[in-house]
Amino acid sequence: MFAPTPLNRRSYRKQRLARAVFFLMTVALIVPVLVIVGTLVIRGGPAISWEFLFTPPRNFMTEGGILPALVGTVWLVLVALLASVPVGVAAALYLSEYAPDNLLTRTINLAIINLAGVPSIVHALFGVGAFVLFFRIGASILAASLTLAVMTLPVVIVATRESLQAVPQAFREACWNMGATRWQTIRKVVLPNSISGILTGVILEVSRTTGETAPIMFTGAAAFVAFLPESVFDQTMAMSYHLYYLATQATDVPEQTTFGVALVLIAIVLAMNAISIAFRVYLRGQKKW
Amino acid sequence: MDRRDAAWYVDRVAQGLIFAGGISAIVFIVGIFVFVTKEGLGFVFGPLQPGEFLTSIAWRPTSNNPTYGALALIVGTASVTGFAMLFSVPLSLGAALFIAEFARGKTREILKVLVEMLAAIPSVVWGFVGMSIMNPLIIRIFDVPVGLTVLNAGLILGLMAAPIMTTIAEDALKAVPDSYREAAEALGATRWEVVVKVVIPASRNGLLAAVLLGVGRGFGETMAVLMASGHAINLPTSPFDSVRALTATIAAELGDAPVGSDHYGSLFTLGILLFVVTFVVNLTADLVVRGVGKK
Repeated sequence: MFAPTPLNRRSYRKQRLARAVFFLMTVALIVPVLVIVGTLVIRGGPAISWEFLFTPPRNFMTEGGILPALVGTVWLVLVALLASVPVGVAAALYLSEYAPDNLLTRTINLAIINLAGVPSIVHALFGVGAFVLFFRIGASILAASLTLAVMTLPVVIVATRESLQAVPQAFREACWNMGATRWQTIRKVVLPNSISGILTGVILEVSRTTGETAPIMFTGAAAFVAFLPESVFDQTMAMSYHLYYLATQATDVPEQTTFGVALVLIAIVLAMNAISIAFRVYLRGQKKW
Repeated sequence: MDRRDAAWYVDRVAQGLIFAGGISAIVFIVGIFVFVTKEGLGFVFGPLQPGEFLTSIAWRPTSNNPTYGALALIVGTASVTGFAMLFSVPLSLGAALFIAEFARGKTREILKVLVEMLAAIPSVVWGFVGMSIMNPLIIRIFDVPVGLTVLNAGLILGLMAAPIMTTIAEDALKAVPDSYREAAEALGATRWEVVVKVVIPASRNGLLAAVLLGVGRGFGETMAVLMASGHAINLPTSPFDSVRALTATIAAELGDAPVGSDHYGSLFTLGILLFVVTFVVNLTADLVVRGVGKK
């Protein structure tokens, strides 16, 4: 048998120490999430009620609920999805099914990375300059949603491309050999086999879009709108902007209300994220090939 | 035989639409640059005095005799981002090493999910946490009059930038072939020795790119910094000073700046600055990942 020499023992001690230190570093990043969520639940939880969720704010927002903000966020997210999902899926299809390895493809990839890296407030400036002013849409749900759509486009593209590339090349070749065109192959073979992965990306995008504040501040979100939006040309309240407004501008709002808004917002975002993750784990177990 | 049947035409149209979608990212990134520049250009070639812009801290766009000194804003952004990176870079890289090299099975999956949760928290919620939880905590612990400071915004920004650094660094570590590790282990190296002597040197470029992307993320963060930094024009001398960031200035003032005014143009000029810096950071990260400069 090998007996550990003192040198071995020292190496192992060092390894155990390194392992412990790295573990603590990981924990140091994760504990704050749990503390934040815990604090929001404890201090915001008591504010949550049917009335809070389903009535508009009253009396300069010091009373009442968050209904217009909730409904507004749903509008913003849905319109943003309608705009970004078709474009994003097309972009991913191009990159995965058509793009040759050339300068254009490299440029597209670089543009995607940069689109994801541009600060959200610069996206807001773009939204104001392009959608609100140049295309004369005005500050509205449409302008805000288009701004959000451009901003979250990389999320859809990257997730879709990944799930398209997971479809084995042999599937496509089999289909081409039957005389199918590229598009027929994409529609009948590639998309059906990757649709769940694409859906995972879309859910993740919903989560991202729901929480964004800066891009909608000047393009369509309003601090207070007494009625629910009726068309995409209305301005609207939104959960994220409502939280910002209550936390920084509004006066005499009970602390519990602001914590309640933060709790509802984070609950929506984390729930969407959890669904997306669970879906992904489930799909990994389901792989047929 | 001519094969131009209906399916052929459908295929052509689909290909055209898909190509249009394919180049959309380029169209939008160029569009962002064009539209932000268009609104800011009038200011850049008009009232902007480059000397004042870069060396004066007097940002008074609404005074009767307006001055546009952005130095305090630039320093504000740099100090908050710098402070954030000071603790976030080691923690993120440490976490990436643990997840990629030490954790196994279930533990690893759970840790990865928790890091993703960290990434999911919206920036306005982080800002709210800075104002309502961290602020009183900092005042109590350090016995200072104000808690909305470089320290507060830096801590929050560090946590916000951590997931992207951890994820990218972990990808870089995973890209190191297992045969490298096995070769080192066969020579009797412990995990720790393998990590230090083999894995880290082999993934150096990827780790550097991870840090760069983290810096870019911190630099461009808006809502959290606006809410947690105190938003006071100030050259900080300690982490307990309030500052104001470039991004936060745009977010706070754009609503009050009349379209087309000098003030409005000056905010778009800050936007051009932000766009160019993040573009360069992202481009550098991309080049580093591709290993430009590697023999």
